[in-house]
Amino acid sequence: MTRRDFFKLSLKGVITAGLAKGLFELVKPEHILASTSNIRRVFLIDAHECCGCGLCVKACKLENEVPYESSVSRTWIERYVMTKDGKVHADATNAGRDGFTSTKIDLGMGKYKDIKKEDIDKAFFVPKLCNQCENPSCVQVCPVGATYQAADGVVLVDRKWCIGCGYCIMACPYGVRFFHPKYRTAEKCNFCYHRISKGLKTACVQACVFGSRKLGNLKDPNDPVTKTIMTERVWVLKEEYGTKPQVYYTNLSMEVR
Amino acid sequence: MVHGEVWTIKELFVYPNEFIYWSIQIVMYPFMTGLVAGAFVLSSLYHVFGVKQLKDMARFALVFSFALLFVAPMPIVLHLQFPFRGFNIFMTPHFTSAIAAFGIVFSAYGAIVASELWFIYRKHFVEIALPLKEKQDKTLFEWFKYLVFCALTLGVYDISEESLKRDEKAIKILAGVGIPVAMFLHGYAGFIFGSVKANALWMTPLMPVIFIMSAIVSGIALCMLTYIVTMEIRKILVSRKKKPSYMPQTTEEIKGVEMHVIKMTARYLLFFLIAAISLELLDLIFRGYTAVKSWDVLRSVIYGRDFVDIFILQYGLGNLVPFILFLMPGLTIRRAVVGTILVLFGVFMMRWNVVIGGQAFSLTFAGYMHYHLPIIPHDWETFKEGLGGALSIFIMPFILFWIFNKIFPVFSFEKSH
Repeated sequence: MTRRDFFKLSLKGVITAGLAKGLFELVKPEHILASTSNIRRVFLIDAHECCGCGLCVKACKLENEVPYESSVSRTWIERYVMTKDGKVHADATNAGRDGFTSTKIDLGMGKYKDIKKEDIDKAFFVPKLCNQCENPSCVQVCPVGATYQAADGVVLVDRKWCIGCGYCIMACPYGVRFFHPKYRTAEKCNFCYHRISKGLKTACVQACVFGSRKLGNLKDPNDPVTKTIMTERVWVLKEEYGTKPQVYYTNLSMEVR
Repeated sequence: MVHGEVWTIKELFVYPNEFIYWSIQIVMYPFMTGLVAGAFVLSSLYHVFGVKQLKDMARFALVFSFALLFVAPMPIVLHLQFPFRGFNIFMTPHFTSAIAAFGIVFSAYGAIVASELWFIYRKHFVEIALPLKEKQDKTLFEWFKYLVFCALTLGVYDISEESLKRDEKAIKILAGVGIPVAMFLHGYAGFIFGSVKANALWMTPLMPVIFIMSAIVSGIALCMLTYIVTMEIRKILVSRKKKPSYMPQTTEEIKGVEMHVIKMTARYLLFFLIAAISLELLDLIFRGYTAVKSWDVLRSVIYGRDFVDIFILQYGLGNLVPFILFLMPGLTIRRAVVGTILVLFGVFMMRWNVVIGGQAFSLTFAGYMHYHLPIIPHDWETFKEGLGGALSIFIMPFILFWIFNKIFPVFSFEKSH
């Protein structure tokens, strides 16, 4: 065999292997499985019911090993206060873990603004968590495929494969992702996947005293959550990014960011 | 502590998980890649378009581009939480991600530069290897040199007139193919930012083009600067009369050549500088004119918080001042040095204002984040993502260039050609 023949043969081999791999990419078994799945996990939040107690955040941190004292959290609560001068004040100190017991709004950098009761037009709390988007931008941008969408729509992270580039954190319009303080990989809410796959409720749903948070299956028409989403007025966050978020809200207000 | 918390200060309403995750190393990444691409384009101007005046600069730029090439991926590696897992990108590239093809684009470009260098220096390798082969009692160093250069010839010792002509053809083709690939390599770095739809400042289709133009500007500027420095060293060597045998010129001759090359290159620098500034201003005007939802917060960052960084340091000191310096008649070496340093600073500030500026505001559009570059490190993380890490990255190409210059002599080459 001459050198020229060797190179020719190698090139042919590489092209054949590449084509075979490409075909395998086109017909992915998990995509076929996903299309036949009869579960689509969704979340329904009644913002009106949230009292901002922070029990859901506490439960989430303990359940999912996110260090209790760290400022990051898989789920959090935001407080919105609209004053008579038309201004919107919002904060989420400590991810809302300890509730909002002070009337002072956290302005960051150690500054607070006290708002008098009579100046307030309206005020409310909004729980946030991962939207488990139908078209997740975090999954799109992961360079190694360490974050992926399960057949039931939940977006998961493989801690053993994540390289920690932070591209998914940048790509999420909702700011739900962060680097886990201990594992140093990308971290996010996964609807307590270890619990829901056993038929349990998520930690936050379990902890919510007022039933503000509900987990449902959009493919089950008899699911009460599905019924609400289908028959009542619901809202999603930041629809303009085209991510098709799957956390639905009732009683949300336009001021919510 | 959460990654990013050390150098981020939050103000007003910011989501709890938001920090400045992409810090100084991600500023260095497009800066270094830009230098690679720019240096290569400069060298191709001679090889492909036959801009004869750039002959001296061309070979220099190519070797320098090769040195920079090895440094370009380093900032990303230093930035990764798991640097050793960086190889996963090659193992399981997830092609919907803009970063996934990095390995392929980068190695393709690297292969082009390496083969172009090989064709240019092939004759040189053979000329070193052959006499050493015949030499009887080689010293240890000569053995080493012999082995290195023998390997570099790749077993081809044919340096006849005819084969050298074929080399020329190959060089031209490689340089030609290299231009779009170099553009792609850097345009692609721009795409990594421009395609992040969650970031209001980054998301623009102009980003790759802006990145390419400023890349060429910075590449040319760095080549000019390094060229001047090396020529000045040569002048000193010649005037001390300790000149090495391969330097036949006098100080005056060197001076003449140097000035000529610098004047020629400065013209191309200005051309690309105008293109870069026009595109950046177009982007800014367009954002202000369309004034979509994010404009309020962007305006407060661009015209308020980052005003000094953007308008004084980047556009003023980094673009306008060198522009005037190069346009004024009677360009001197000293002025060229000041100009190129300012241009490099301007491009660095542009990268800074994109990467750090893009994270200066919260996804809520109602809060801000301030970045404090760690200067004195107190652990590995604050070193690698601090001033120390950035400086190490910046110095590395010069060290590599010094080493590569031993294998691919940039200056002594004239006589063997």
